[in-house]
Amino acid sequence: MQAKPTQSADQYLLRLYVAGQTPKCMTAFVNLKKICEEHLAGEYQIEVIDLLENPTLVRGDQILAIPTLVRKLPEPVRKIIGDLSNTERVLIGLDLQRRKVGES
Amino acid sequence: MTNSKPVSAARILLPKAPTGIQGLDEITGGGLPKGRPTLICGSAGCGKTLLAMEFLVRGATQFNEPGVFMAFEETIKDLTKNVASLGFDLDSLVADKKIVLDFVYIERSEIEETGEYDLEGLFIRLNQAIDSIGAKRVVLDTIESLFAGLPNPLILRAELRRLFRWLKDKGVTAIITGERGDESLTRQGLEEYVSDCVIVLDHRVCDQTSSRRLRVVKYRGSTHGTDEYPFLIDEDGFSVLPITSLGLQHDVSTDRISTGITRLDAMLGDAGYYRGSSVLVSGTAGTGKSSLAAHFCDAACRRGERALYFAFEESPSQIIRNMRSIGIDLEPWVNKGLLRFQATRPAFAGLEMQLTMMHKTVNTFKPEVVIVDPLNGFIIGDNETSVKSMLMRLADFLKTKQITSLFTSLTAGGAPLGVTDVAISAMIDTWLVLRDIEIGGERNRGLSILKSRGMPHSNQIRECLLTDHGMELCEVYVGAGGVLTGSARLAQEAQEQALKLTRKQEVERRQLELESKRRALEAQIEAMRAEFDVQEAEAMKIIGQEQAQALQLVLERAEMGQSRKADR
Repeated sequence: MQAKPTQSADQYLLRLYVAGQTPKCMTAFVNLKKICEEHLAGEYQIEVIDLLENPTLVRGDQILAIPTLVRKLPEPVRKIIGDLSNTERVLIGLDLQRRKVGES
Repeated sequence: MTNSKPVSAARILLPKAPTGIQGLDEITGGGLPKGRPTLICGSAGCGKTLLAMEFLVRGATQFNEPGVFMAFEETIKDLTKNVASLGFDLDSLVADKKIVLDFVYIERSEIEETGEYDLEGLFIRLNQAIDSIGAKRVVLDTIESLFAGLPNPLILRAELRRLFRWLKDKGVTAIITGERGDESLTRQGLEEYVSDCVIVLDHRVCDQTSSRRLRVVKYRGSTHGTDEYPFLIDEDGFSVLPITSLGLQHDVSTDRISTGITRLDAMLGDAGYYRGSSVLVSGTAGTGKSSLAAHFCDAACRRGERALYFAFEESPSQIIRNMRSIGIDLEPWVNKGLLRFQATRPAFAGLEMQLTMMHKTVNTFKPEVVIVDPLNGFIIGDNETSVKSMLMRLADFLKTKQITSLFTSLTAGGAPLGVTDVAISAMIDTWLVLRDIEIGGERNRGLSILKSRGMPHSNQIRECLLTDHGMELCEVYVGAGGVLTGSARLAQEAQEQALKLTRKQEVERRQLELESKRRALEAQIEAMRAEFDVQEAEAMKIIGQEQAQALQLVLERAEMGQSRKADR
């Protein structure tokens, strides 16, 4: 998996930590992609880091659980662990839920 | 310790990683199970982190086994600072690649759980740390924080199980610390997963004095001491005091050393105490226990031996001043470095702390004689059992080191003589009892030997006199009037003296009388002899005259014949 910047407008910088191509990690990536397209179309950037390839990066974001999604931007940093199958919680974690509520 | 023992089958089956911690290796028969995880649990502040850290540091410095410390609670900075007080320089160990410190930061509020996850991140992180220095030892402190930081305990449990298995596969000796739970050993029941070795630390406060204890609850595949062992954390780190490791195999000496009081030596079979024996001096207040101890100290120093004086009632200068009053000057010995005082209040620290400090001082000062004055200071509240076990250990310890120990013990007035507050008579070899003897409105000190193993000793009570040149023992008056001491003894002696004097004068008078009689007689004889001489002289005179007359007569007759020209 490579880092995949989607568009240049990167209001949301998301970093997904995985460890190899396990089913959980694959699910997480697919789920992330789907959620981002639905809620943050054009405003996000996803970086996927495989810790098996770069084990030294594990300390930087204090990663324990795999998969972990780190919202680097906007601040503050948020961490979302798990395969991102619970969309509602992902949105809460990304602070999108409230904004959506506010908008509607 | 383990090296000297023959290698048994169990030891081959279960290799051990020595902790290097004083006492702990003895209890566990060589250390923690090598290549397996060990759980150390205990309530807050009982020393789990320190024990784990010392295990790592000693491993890195003494056994050439580098280690990884993964902290979940304290930051590296705090940790380094905290253990610096134990003399561990983590920074340099880290720089030498002997130790890796890793602080895992978990903040629950930053984490949202959205589905299935595992702890692969932790595994990778740990793996990386282990591989970076080739670590043989790992500490996870306190992994239970994960339960607070990460949701879904079910996943966590499964992952921890996997982690411990992984650690085993990795072949590292691991310590996992856990907070003590209400009903189980750890809050999260970690003992279910780590089943090879479980050590429980405890920090309890009894009568306002705290003591730390350690117990090996479980050690699969190995025998281990099962008691609760007191342990101590001080500037040299952890030390555990195994009680049972001290057997009764110590060598004994036939060497005898002076008590410092000639008369007392005489009472003890003319030689004094055995070297390496335990001496107890018990007595009521003010009977001279400390003075006896000071004499012993003084005698030891005079022999050029070292004496260590643990004072729990008086300060060193006070002891020196007081002993000077009975003519014992201890100060030169202190200046010479032969005598050392260690004065603390018994309440200053818990029993174990005291004991370990005593051990330490003894080990560094290497004395031949140790004084503990008095034992009773330790008894605070109803901790008698622990005091007893502590003293037992102390006495044993000193015996194994061939150190002669003298303990003083204050007995309450009216208590039975053979009972000290601390019933330690079993481990005492020589027991001197000092007591008050109250006769005729005054108190006097009496000394007797209650027991003295392995030597003939006097059964007499001696009166102790504290003079300005030391303690003196003198015989008590035993006569028709019973046992008398002090002024009663003096009075009795004076009375006898007077009687003796009268008798002596009588004899002298008689002798004089006889003498004068003899003189009178001799004078009489002289007089009579003189009279006789006079009479003799007179008689001789008369006899002489008579003879002269007779001669004259003859002469005259012859003359007459001539003149008459008588015929022839």
